Amino acid sequence: MHTLPYTTEIRPDTGLTNPKLGIWLFLASEVMLFGSLFSAYALLRSGAASWPDQSAVLSVPLATLNTVILISSSVTMVLAWSGARAGRMDRFRIYMGLTLLCGAGFLAVKAVEYGDKFAHGLLPSTDNFLALYFTMTGVHAVHVLAGMVVNAFLLGPGARMWRSEPERFTNRVEVAGIYWHFVDVVWIFLFPVLYLL
Amino acid sequence: MAPLKYLYSTDHKVIGLLYGFTSLCFLLVGFVLVIVIRWQLAFPGQPVPYVAGLLGAANAPGGIVLPEFYNQLGAMHGTIMVFLGVVPLAVGAFGNYLVPLQIGAPDMAFPRLNLASYWFYAAGGAIMLASFFLPGGAANNGWTSYAPLSDLAPGHGQTFWLLGMLFIIFSSLLGALNFITTIVQLRAPGLTWFRLPFFVWAQFVTAFLLLLAFPALQAAALLQGMDRLAGSSFFLPSGLAVSGQALDVAGGGNALLWQHLFWFLGHPEVYVLILPAMGIAAEVIANNTRKPLWGYRVMVYSVFVLGFLSFVVWAHHMFLTGMGTAISAFFQTTTMIISIPSVVILSSLILSLYGGSIRFTTPMLFALAFLPMFGIGGLTGLPLGLATTDIPLHDTNYVVGHFHYLVAPGTIFALFAGIYHWFPRITGRMMNDVLGRIHFAGSLICMNVIFLPMFVQGLAGVNRRLWDGGAEYAHAQGVLHFNVPMSIAAFGLAFFQLFFIVNLFMSIRYGRRVDTNPWEATTLEWNTGTAPVRVYRDPYDYSVPGAKADFTPQYERAEA
Repeated sequence: MHTLPYTTEIRPDTGLTNPKLGIWLFLASEVMLFGSLFSAYALLRSGAASWPDQSAVLSVPLATLNTVILISSSVTMVLAWSGARAGRMDRFRIYMGLTLLCGAGFLAVKAVEYGDKFAHGLLPSTDNFLALYFTMTGVHAVHVLAGMVVNAFLLGPGARMWRSEPERFTNRVEVAGIYWHFVDVVWIFLFPVLYLL
Repeated sequence: MAPLKYLYSTDHKVIGLLYGFTSLCFLLVGFVLVIVIRWQLAFPGQPVPYVAGLLGAANAPGGIVLPEFYNQLGAMHGTIMVFLGVVPLAVGAFGNYLVPLQIGAPDMAFPRLNLASYWFYAAGGAIMLASFFLPGGAANNGWTSYAPLSDLAPGHGQTFWLLGMLFIIFSSLLGALNFITTIVQLRAPGLTWFRLPFFVWAQFVTAFLLLLAFPALQAAALLQGMDRLAGSSFFLPSGLAVSGQALDVAGGGNALLWQHLFWFLGHPEVYVLILPAMGIAAEVIANNTRKPLWGYRVMVYSVFVLGFLSFVVWAHHMFLTGMGTAISAFFQTTTMIISIPSVVILSSLILSLYGGSIRFTTPMLFALAFLPMFGIGGLTGLPLGLATTDIPLHDTNYVVGHFHYLVAPGTIFALFAGIYHWFPRITGRMMNDVLGRIHFAGSLICMNVIFLPMFVQGLAGVNRRLWDGGAEYAHAQGVLHFNVPMSIAAFGLAFFQLFFIVNLFMSIRYGRRVDTNPWEATTLEWNTGTAPVRVYRDPYDYSVPGAKADFTPQYERAEA
């Protein structure tokens, strides 16, 4: 049994490590998932007899706040990675902690929004706009949660790898970061489509 | 606990065998379901003999299959065969076991994801099987789960189906990204792209189809789950009435949205079923004709074109929905174009036979039968790809005959060829040849007796989903008598599979012991040396003039 090559070092002819190719392929699949949901949105809205005024039903200020939170978390994620790369675990810990905090903040705001809708009797069964809103933001929130689990692992038990294989650990942070940015980008599409258009 | 360690091993060979064993079991389950269907079609309303008690009093009181249960059998036969049987065997088992070996990799790129992929698949399968025991039974809306029927189906069978699909889709996503990464990153030194065996190319393109097509069904399953559980109306149009009662939902949905999302997966899925089979057939044919594949490069280009085009043909399943002639024209055109690369690959395989000194081994027999059977399946698809001829044929037994020729004596024959061919690689023993030949001849005859009359029945207009097989309809009367011999052939097919099952298990213990490369093959999986491999030549260097044997393995250095 030989050890697997290219887990941390780059394969010269492809210019990639295995995890980096893996995460990009994963994201390609995710693009198709969210793409299907956005297509469903386009088809249902273009065929609808009437469509509610989205910005009147949903809270644009809260969503703007969430956009700021999520973009900030992408910045702190990059800073966490550069901290790990520079061998500064203290900076990694601070910025990764901030990233997690932003993720939690995003989900908290989302929970407030959901709770407010439920309190006013606005449910997926009310109309297809709300059904799409809950489905698409729900799927996105699950992705945020999954990213937070990975980030928490890297901050907690996963950080032990820093001592044994620092380069591999840094790659893991980078791969987690690529995913985190993707989740951010999905929100940047969701925000205008669901709240503003 | 020795056996338990196999359930948690991250070795690609062990995972491949787990996939293989599980998917063969599911193939058997799917086959048993269709045996009950065939009984009901040949002898409608008569009690099922011998096994009536196993069906459950709620499903088949006195052994007589109820229409509701018949619908479950049909829906779950399709689901189990496609998603839990053939694809996991072709990709999960053959791909996992052979791709790393054929490219000289130590393992898959992500061994733990590989194991996770198996367990998500097993969980999805368990959910599907469990749904039979729910009150109201399993999903009964056809394997395509068309809305709004599936949205409104009572009971929890359909919800379980959606949940099971989510697990299976996640499993195939993990598998697909693993295959692509492995093939891109872990090829042995010297193994350039055009030295890859065709099987690896087929798996490579298949993985892209799984990666990019399956998420559409994932989205669709989520939307249908919302419809069923949260009361949304994604697939429920306004003004829908059920049994004369207006439905109390918001409405505004679109039933065609389900069909578009489903077939966006469903059509690439067809190629997921076929491409690995073509890959296996190519390996077996090159090995048993003792010459290189005819047109290897063209086959590789064709498989790419096939993969790409398979994303733009999906609505040819929907000509009857009235989506408009302009859209129909587009999808007819792409459908006609996609037949070209399929024909190129099949023709190349047939031309590969020319001038070969063919060894009629058991795997070769299956691979040879694959060619004309797949050809019948492909050619009978042409009238279905054109809207004018599809309209009368849609949803008839003709369609059933068409895709079964592709998948049953097509893909499954290639899979059998693969099992007989690579069995000695796995166990160091040969499978029994006599039993193998009986299995082959019996299966070939029975499958044709089952599926050929379906074209006649379909042309007569017999609908494919009728509980009584069409006994109520005047236009079906002339062709109903086919049902009895067809069903007897189905029971015969079951009988001949016993030869395979006995052979498989007996050969593990008692098969003839063989050397590491009993077929005298050239590709890397037969190199059982422990040193890291290096590749020096093309995949099919058979009968090279001047070489010391009629095969020169890829790992053998060129003689200077």
